[in-house]
Amino acid sequence: MWTVVAGHLGLTDAVVPVLRDHIVWQLRLPRVLGAAVVGAGLAVAGAVMQTVTRNSLADPYLLGVSSGAALGAVGVIVVGLAHGVGALALGAFGGALLAFGLVVAVSGRSAPTRVVLAGVAIAQLCAAVTSFVIIWVADPHATQSITFWLSGSLARADWTALAWATPVLLAALALVFAQARALNAFAFGEEAAATLGVSTTKVRWLLLVTTALLTAVLVAISGAIGFVGLIIPHAVRFLTGPDHRRLLPLVALGGALFLVWVDTAARTVFEPRELPVGVLTALVGVPAFIFLLRRQGSR
Amino acid sequence: MLNINSVSWLHILREVTTSVPRGSLVGLLGPNGSGKTSLLRAVAALVPADAGQVTLDGDDVARVKRAALARRVALLAQHAETDLDLTVLDVVLLGRTPHRRSRWSDGRDDNTIAERALERADLTEFAHRKWQTLSGGERQRAQLARALAQEPELLLLDEPTNHLDVGHQLQLLSLVRKSGVTTLAALHDLNLATMFCDSVVVLDRGRVVATGPPADVLTPKLLAEVYGVEATVHDHDGRPVIIFERPPT
Repeated sequence: MWTVVAGHLGLTDAVVPVLRDHIVWQLRLPRVLGAAVVGAGLAVAGAVMQTVTRNSLADPYLLGVSSGAALGAVGVIVVGLAHGVGALALGAFGGALLAFGLVVAVSGRSAPTRVVLAGVAIAQLCAAVTSFVIIWVADPHATQSITFWLSGSLARADWTALAWATPVLLAALALVFAQARALNAFAFGEEAAATLGVSTTKVRWLLLVTTALLTAVLVAISGAIGFVGLIIPHAVRFLTGPDHRRLLPLVALGGALFLVWVDTAARTVFEPRELPVGVLTALVGVPAFIFLLRRQGSR
Repeated sequence: MLNINSVSWLHILREVTTSVPRGSLVGLLGPNGSGKTSLLRAVAALVPADAGQVTLDGDDVARVKRAALARRVALLAQHAETDLDLTVLDVVLLGRTPHRRSRWSDGRDDNTIAERALERADLTEFAHRKWQTLSGGERQRAQLARALAQEPELLLLDEPTNHLDVGHQLQLLSLVRKSGVTTLAALHDLNLATMFCDSVVVLDRGRVVATGPPADVLTPKLLAEVYGVEATVHDHDGRPVIIFERPPT
């Protein structure tokens, strides 16, 4: 495999069989990189949402953002306005903002569990409409499409998708890392952050729109993969403590590694059949969610 | 010097005018709903005054940038809560947020200032204790240390002793007094006010009804008018002590 990569980078003249070259360069490598980009992005989006909304259960998937993005992407495909990852991402961004706006409007400033309740309801609604639309337009691969968008998969990750997602991820990471100190100041709530000199309204909207955009682009290439944004920040926080200057880079790294492993497992455990990666993340994520929910209840 | 100049906000504050001279501790008194917290929030520029202005050494707080204001004004709320696994030192270092030179690292100064603030709040041994393991009194002292780490010209206290037992109430206010920082403190306990404040401002339904040294202001007549209670005021080595009568049943 390394020979193939080295060959494409012009580091070696060794000759590899064309089929092998194709598999590694066109299928395996973009997929591994795609898993890393999506994992890093979802985990950072989750960490930021948890801090800004002061809700330890926040996660792009549980708050309906991912499902909204999936609906937006499917909507763009159906209307046939445009093709390509860019158009998908734009539609997904619209859907993500709409879903998130609805969740905020429905739940307001209520308790974390109620916000999640609203998120799950909106997510279910978006999922239902997504399935409906896919079947309505008589997609010949309807079942496969529904699974892709609602459970998530990295099977469609290719170089084009990466060319879109990677710059967006890097820009979002730069922006979020620059706000690490401001995020720390949210520890005792928004008003306390304001008295520490943070322009809370500005920072909150900047970060929420950034995470919605990031989630949207990731969903456009991989569908709605759940729970990465929930479990990785908690696991990393457990190791590093809550300082965002250390937390955020390691959350990105942890999310990337996690999804690469989980996707490899999804691809190989039932070979030659492939599990949707979201099925595996849910198997790990739901017990973690229940654990966090119980811990929150006991406080 | 803090000047509050004819500040009104909604129907809660009505043309409030008062001032806090440099280095003094001024008590803000009044029944529930009289506007104490709202006035502190207006001074901290957390809410915009509808009319009038708040100036700190001549600068209108509504026009000072948030970070610049946070270097000059620190607020200690009634109680602070977090789910995060922070140490006392982490909390105190939050006070350095508005002073950051680098977005990333804590400067050497920041750590020195945080240690000094811990000392002033009598918490040096608690630096590495977890927030979740602290008692109410320790938490308020940690927040005081955080506020002092902001190196403010003005400290705003919003009933900071509400959830504390009497020993911790006295301890917190003596630490504030000892810090020497100009302070405006909303207080419920009138005897704490007479013990620690240079002067008091009494609010009633959003208006200032009396201002001056505690001994001059806190008379049985004022207590009856503002709080609706019957009380006698006794002199205890030059400090007024208020004793309340049980209401007739």
